[in-house]
Amino acid sequence: MANILVIADHDGASLKPATLNAVTAASKIGGDIHILVAGKGAQGPAEAASKVAGVAKVLLADDAAYEHQLPEDVAPLVVSTVKGGGYGHVLAGATSVGKNLLPRVAALLDVAAISDITAVQSADTFERPIYAGNAIATVQSSDAVKVVTVRTTAFETAAAEGGSASVEQVAGAGAAGLSSFVSAELTKSERPELTAARVVVSGGRGMQSGENFPLLEALADKLGAAVGASRAAVDAGFVPNDYQVGQTGKIVAPELYIAVGISGAIQHLAGMKDSKVIVAINKDEEAPIFQVADYGLVADLFKAVPELTAELEKAR
Amino acid sequence: MKVLVPVKRVVDYNVKIRVKADGSGVETANVKMSMNPFDEIAVEEAVRLKEAGKATEIVVVSVGPAQAQETLRTALAMGADRAILVQAEGTTEPLAVAKVLKALVEKEAPGLVILGKQAIDDDCNQTGQMLAALLGWGQGTFASKLVAGDGKVAVTREIDGGLETVELKLPAVVTADLRLNEPRYASLPNIMKAKKKPLETVTPDALGVDVRPRLKTLKVTEPPKRQAGIKVPDVATLVDKLKTEARVI
Ligand SMILES: Cc1cc2nc3c(=O)[nH]c(=O)nc-3n(C[C@H](O)[C@H](O)[C@H](O)COP(=O)(O)OP(=O)(O)OC[C@H]3O[C@@H](n4cnc5c(N)ncnc54)[C@H](O)[C@@H]3O)c2cc1C
Ligand SMILES: Nc1ncnc2c1ncn2[C@@H]1O[C@H](COP(=O)(O)O)[C@@H](O)[C@H]1O
Repeated sequence: MANILVIADHDGASLKPATLNAVTAASKIGGDIHILVAGKGAQGPAEAASKVAGVAKVLLADDAAYEHQLPEDVAPLVVSTVKGGGYGHVLAGATSVGKNLLPRVAALLDVAAISDITAVQSADTFERPIYAGNAIATVQSSDAVKVVTVRTTAFETAAAEGGSASVEQVAGAGAAGLSSFVSAELTKSERPELTAARVVVSGGRGMQSGENFPLLEALADKLGAAVGASRAAVDAGFVPNDYQVGQTGKIVAPELYIAVGISGAIQHLAGMKDSKVIVAINKDEEAPIFQVADYGLVADLFKAVPELTAELEKAR
Repeated sequence: MKVLVPVKRVVDYNVKIRVKADGSGVETANVKMSMNPFDEIAVEEAVRLKEAGKATEIVVVSVGPAQAQETLRTALAMGADRAILVQAEGTTEPLAVAKVLKALVEKEAPGLVILGKQAIDDDCNQTGQMLAALLGWGQGTFASKLVAGDGKVAVTREIDGGLETVELKLPAVVTADLRLNEPRYASLPNIMKAKKKPLETVTPDALGVDVRPRLKTLKVTEPPKRQAGIKVPDVATLVDKLKTEARVI
């Protein structure tokens, strides 16, 4: 059985949880699991990767060219690793890094890429949502190497501790000279990360302005929740782009999702309908969000949200 | 600089799709079809580059059935100059489309290719990255801002943690995200004018590209349906239900 190469998602300091979801998907395929960490001074993530349960080996490519995970530079490294190591699968979390990199790798290998899988049926057959999750396709690949991104909400995270893989240094391939990093503007938040949060409170156009989002933040703080948004709220500039939940934003599946002033367009539902419990607060009783909500409250959010926050405060 | 914009004909984003009973796919007969929304954004960006004097000609391309001509005409009405239909029936996977586009890039020599970030039917999010790989070009995916300079382009990208700006050497590939711009509606006079703009048809064979799919779709099914729950009369009831029934708080 050929080995599986999982591409680590990391920020130079720590390993992102999406890597652990990808390891779980890899474990369902069968074969030794190796993790490739490409970065600059990325010993931290490499060590973390070596401790992940079920991982046989970590490959660390330390090169200044990999500092910002530019796909023009990282893809050739992945391709040479795959060819040199005889890998049958390349997996990564379907994060903005994985989605940027893996199709480039697949094309260089002249194989199809399989995006956003939600289940592994066998080593060559996978399930993936299409049409904003309104249909599930089962696809089989006959390519020699399967290049796959993994929907993180569909696979548990592998245990971060318990493994003791060796860390092997591999040579970097340097910069391709096609692209360079200029700057990043990262959203700072004390709250849990949207895709990993146990509770998510999301606001839509009904919030009316960014000035009203503190209402949701106060509620989120009571619940230890992350704050998300609909596309309309992001487009209108109420909150930054990385808050968007949906077909083309983030996919979340928390224990509890509270949709506030969100109508429930299919593109939004695509990003949250696998949540365990859904609550909707909307003043329009016909809003489609109520068709998926376990608990619907027809009310003006400006009254209901502060009330809910106060009620949770009382209950403590 | 010439700009190439690939546009895909897809089921309109407002249509509630139906999975065929035999599990062979999604019903597309008698369903409203439109240009992939991200591709409208890509066309709009190209038109704005031309209006700003940074682009000289906009060529739009679609790989698909004869009906994709309508999609190309829409792009021409928005301001593209010329269209190419690469006529192909059945599923065209991102790798096949990328190979077709590579062949056209070699003929047309554009300085920039702007695609949509994702087709809303297959939800692949692959074609731009694959095209950039095949050409050995830089890729600015999920773009929310594009600044074309001399021999280079700065692209601001929507990433998981916020925004990132990269600089790419031209020629390059860019894929459009939702907030790159707001596409215009074609005016009636422009729709009329678009009918006279050149639209050429070629085949993948003539371009020397094998577009046969690499993946076999074994079946297409409906996802498990979520049952609608109940309406609660007030906040107190909601909190009580969440505590004692759902046990999530
Ligand atoms: C290609 C494409 C991709 C897309 N991707 C996404 C995506 O990833 N994520 C996404 O979310 N959308 C996406 N969309 C957009 C989607 O189609 C909807 O337009 C969007 O989700 C609507 O956002 P909304 O529910 O906040 O706004 P609206 O539809 O305007 O709904 C606002 C709701 O707020 C309620 N409301 C107003 N005031 C109050 C009040 N005082 N109290 C209580 N309720 C109130 C209203 O009753 C209404 O139901 C996409 C669209 C396209 C075309
Ligand atoms: N058949 C096609 N014809 C023209 N352009 C396409 C086609 N398929 C994909 N594209 C382009 O590639 C982008 C991404 O598509 P995908 O990789 O399928 O999600 C789309 O937004 C289009 O710009």
